[in-house]
Amino acid sequence: MKITENGIVVKNKNIAPNIYDLTIRLPQISALAKCGQFVDVYPDNGANLLARPISICEINGDKLRLVFQVVGAGTRLFSVLSEGQSIRVLGPCGNGYALTEGNKFILAGGGIGVPPLLETAKNLVDKGEVEVFLGFRSGSFLTEDFEKLGVKVHIATDDGSVGFKGNVVDLMKSLDAKADIIYSCGPKIMLKFLAEYAEKRGITAYVSMEERMACGIGACVGCVVKIKDGDGYVHKKVCKDGPVFDSREVVWQ
Amino acid sequence: MIDTRVKIAGVEFKNPVTTASGTFGSGREYGEFVDLNKLGAVTVKGVAAVPWLGNDTPRIAEVYGGMLNSVGLQNPGAEYFIREDIPFLRQYDTKIIVNVCGHSIDEYVNVVEMLRDADVDMLELNISCPNVKEGGMTFGTDCKMIEKVVGEVKKRAKQPLIVKMSPNVTDITETSKAAEAAGADALSMINTLTGMKIDIYRRKPVLANKIGGFSGPAVKPVAVRMVWQTFKAVKIPIIGMGGITTAEDAIEFIMAGATMTAVGTANFINPKTTEDVVSGIEKFMNENKIKSLDEIRGIID
Repeated sequence: MKITENGIVVKNKNIAPNIYDLTIRLPQISALAKCGQFVDVYPDNGANLLARPISICEINGDKLRLVFQVVGAGTRLFSVLSEGQSIRVLGPCGNGYALTEGNKFILAGGGIGVPPLLETAKNLVDKGEVEVFLGFRSGSFLTEDFEKLGVKVHIATDDGSVGFKGNVVDLMKSLDAKADIIYSCGPKIMLKFLAEYAEKRGITAYVSMEERMACGIGACVGCVVKIKDGDGYVHKKVCKDGPVFDSREVVWQ
Repeated sequence: MIDTRVKIAGVEFKNPVTTASGTFGSGREYGEFVDLNKLGAVTVKGVAAVPWLGNDTPRIAEVYGGMLNSVGLQNPGAEYFIREDIPFLRQYDTKIIVNVCGHSIDEYVNVVEMLRDADVDMLELNISCPNVKEGGMTFGTDCKMIEKVVGEVKKRAKQPLIVKMSPNVTDITETSKAAEAAGADALSMINTLTGMKIDIYRRKPVLANKIGGFSGPAVKPVAVRMVWQTFKAVKIPIIGMGGITTAEDAIEFIMAGATMTAVGTANFINPKTTEDVVSGIEKFMNENKIKSLDEIRGIID
């Protein structure tokens, strides 16, 4: 079930270059939300009529925490929202991560793919051992939030400014990280390498994908990804069939 | 007491509000946000004889006052539609209009034949999609082709036939008259305007298909003008659409000559728009003491 709700901004803070930590009071959507889902946030102005899909970083009672990156005019508008302002939100969208049984879980995130793994980590800590691999271009964010959960956190940066120098999958390779299930979110190229990593080791990996979207609810058929189907492929909707897919189903290009 | 009912080709709709094909799926996704019983009709996403994969991504680009899309009519095919979507929609007290697409006259005819025994109220012939290489708009911008495809489809169609018109023509009254002459029972307009957006940093078009269909509030003046011109040129009813976001927008189309109106891109901006437009029209009629929409339809000289 999805609904539209006018949320009230509780907090909005710049936590890294172009990265904002936005908390919105959304009682109805928060009550329905699960880890790995996203919400559609509306800029509501003539130049930016379409909603921006933003992953759910944390569900805290009647509030949602959204950690997003400013990538254009729409997200720039969200970056200047201040406490007490109202914002129109639709959600929760998508299926989120399937919390499968297992003894050990790896969470692998890249850049703005890191935030949705926080709520996922909160859901997994009681189920088994959780090891987190976070990759950034330069610097890092949200790492303390993961550490607070008592999980092991490994950091990789492209420029070596924090932790391992290189990408997150190379970091996992260097440690030969193993688990029953990998939950991941990040740029397509990272997810592709992660899919190969998981397949080689026989690990089930769930990847959360992104595409340009209009409606966020499965009607416009804009945000499709290629999913294997027999010898060919079909186009599945990121917003409705995903955003999480089993990495073995995805046609990686 | 107001009467919002309208009639097109013998089919009665409880109010003049439907959905623009491709913006509402088959209604399922929107059932969470609006009461489908309140809509005059649901016009479903384009249905082909066989499943279509559609175009590569990105398929969506945002532009001022609207968006571009190049979905390319991805759809699961007529068999799926008949099996899954018709029973779903028939749970509701609303009419069903099926948008029919094809790459060739044979394919269009194939779909309407598959739909002969299907429980749907009207057909809408999509000869105006700008996102398919064969069929679509290539049929809808040439009067001779329009006459041919509409004529062939009309011969085989069991349900009344609406022809969806392309705005990407020099004179929409000419193409409209061609559709009317070939037997169209009604016209719907406008489909999207062809458009393009370039990412100046990547030096590439934003859409994988390079060009796409422009829709949204920004196209409304173009659409209103085309409905107004066409209303004066043909005798068959018009379903007006293009940027309708509010009841006031829909009323403009009716005053320009539309019998019915459709909400399109606005569904993406606010999933409750269709229901808001229906209640807004009722409010407008009450406030302005309009008993029937016949009183205001086509009143603009």
